[in-house]
Amino acid sequence: MALGLAALANACDYRRGALDPISPEALTIDILWWVFFWTSLFVLTGVLIALAFALYRGHARGKSSDTRAELTPDAALERRTERAVLAASALSVVILVALLVGSVFGGRALFRTPQAPLHAKVIAHQWWWEIQYQGKTDSDSVATANELHLPAGVPVDLELHAADVIHSLWLPNLHGKRDLIPGHTSHLVLRPTRPGRYDGHCAEFCGLQHARMELSVTVEPPEVFSRWLTEQRRPAAAPAAPDARRGAELFARGPCALCHNVVGSEASASAGPDLTHVASRPFLAAGALPNSPLNLRNWLSDPQAFKPGAQMPPTGLRADELDDLVAYLETLR
Amino acid sequence: MTGRSSLLAGLALALALTACRREERRFSEPQVLVARRERAVAPPSSEPVAAFVDNAWSVSEGQRLFGWYNCAGCHSLAGGGGMGPPLRDATWIYGGSPEEIHRTIVEGRPNGMPEFGSRVPDYQIWQLVAYVLSLSGRLRQDVEPGRPEAIALGQPPAMTYEKKPVPANKGTHP
Repeated sequence: MALGLAALANACDYRRGALDPISPEALTIDILWWVFFWTSLFVLTGVLIALAFALYRGHARGKSSDTRAELTPDAALERRTERAVLAASALSVVILVALLVGSVFGGRALFRTPQAPLHAKVIAHQWWWEIQYQGKTDSDSVATANELHLPAGVPVDLELHAADVIHSLWLPNLHGKRDLIPGHTSHLVLRPTRPGRYDGHCAEFCGLQHARMELSVTVEPPEVFSRWLTEQRRPAAAPAAPDARRGAELFARGPCALCHNVVGSEASASAGPDLTHVASRPFLAAGALPNSPLNLRNWLSDPQAFKPGAQMPPTGLRADELDDLVAYLETLR
Repeated sequence: MTGRSSLLAGLALALALTACRREERRFSEPQVLVARRERAVAPPSSEPVAAFVDNAWSVSEGQRLFGWYNCAGCHSLAGGGGMGPPLRDATWIYGGSPEEIHRTIVEGRPNGMPEFGSRVPDYQIWQLVAYVLSLSGRLRQDVEPGRPEAIALGQPPAMTYEKKPVPANKGTHP
């Protein structure tokens, strides 16, 4: 039994889990979870032991006496039973009230929104995450997709929006779930402490590709974070290699520029993810594929094969055009 | 159940089944950009028009694309017209049949209508055609899209209250 439990525990990837808290809020959830777990285990064990005891005693008595004796009330036994039921009920009430109080206070702690020096906007789309770090001016602002970078030790205020349907942002290591509702702005203040790579998911069924709507969360030391942000502010340079130049031309004149934005180029649409630094991201299409030139080429050739129902249509490009386009997109670091 | 009521139930079921047709949707669309290279000899689309025009899914997709591809930039949301001609009325400069609207989007027209054939896949152009037809109320009523929420762009009008002057010596506590 213990071995089985250990094996199960090993099977869980703790890096992903809510049981590896890296913020005060996640720690609250973690503590609540374990309090509920041990209390439930204690109660379940008690109930099972009492049941086994009752079965054993009833069995032993059933052997010795006849039915008539069984039916005559035994005053002493009745009293004992009454006391046991009363005690168990009182204990249940006490435990439930204690759990309720813990749960209410835990919930209140989660909904506090402390002041945060850094602001970011998260807009959920079918089926990807748009992230914006607002600067003082427009050229200071950064737009990216499906990756959230956070400085360790600095509270970040996320402003949550939804573009189409109701989504829910769940960063298990950092906080509880918070819904993103069209036409309604909500907030989530994250206070990450430990640097590392973590995962986020959409936690509200939002359509066909709800399962492939992942968010990569990178918590890094503040100086690394500000380096990353500065890097993200840099507009894309015109590519030098001839194939990448052809790709850039195709991007601006072909189907891509109708939906996508690349800062520093002619493409400036906003329906799809911003691709200014697409090659530096960990994965494509919100976790559908790891980011590599080959995967990018496959994705471009037929997005619907990898993410059926996704809003990206087939591009209808020739093989040589795909090569040029991938060469261009790989320069967007 | 009597024979008559089961017959009625069967009829109702058959009626309900006919309603399923309007929501058909396919995942693997043909990868065609119409005017991409063979512009002069644009092949007639193999897609039957009815597959898009009688389909609530494709009309609502057309509605989404109308905003995404910025058709609304010139024709305005819900096709009221602006820089470009309105699409809600009965006047068609280059013809109002589904095929003619398709051709207008694919090839563009003089005085500002860009060609989209080399940028937008053919099935999406047909979805746009279906939506454009719905704007002038020429589709089956049950496939027409709902009014877009985005039509209420901008902030709702601010509630203003007239400030009444507070009379002196009134409403103040000592």
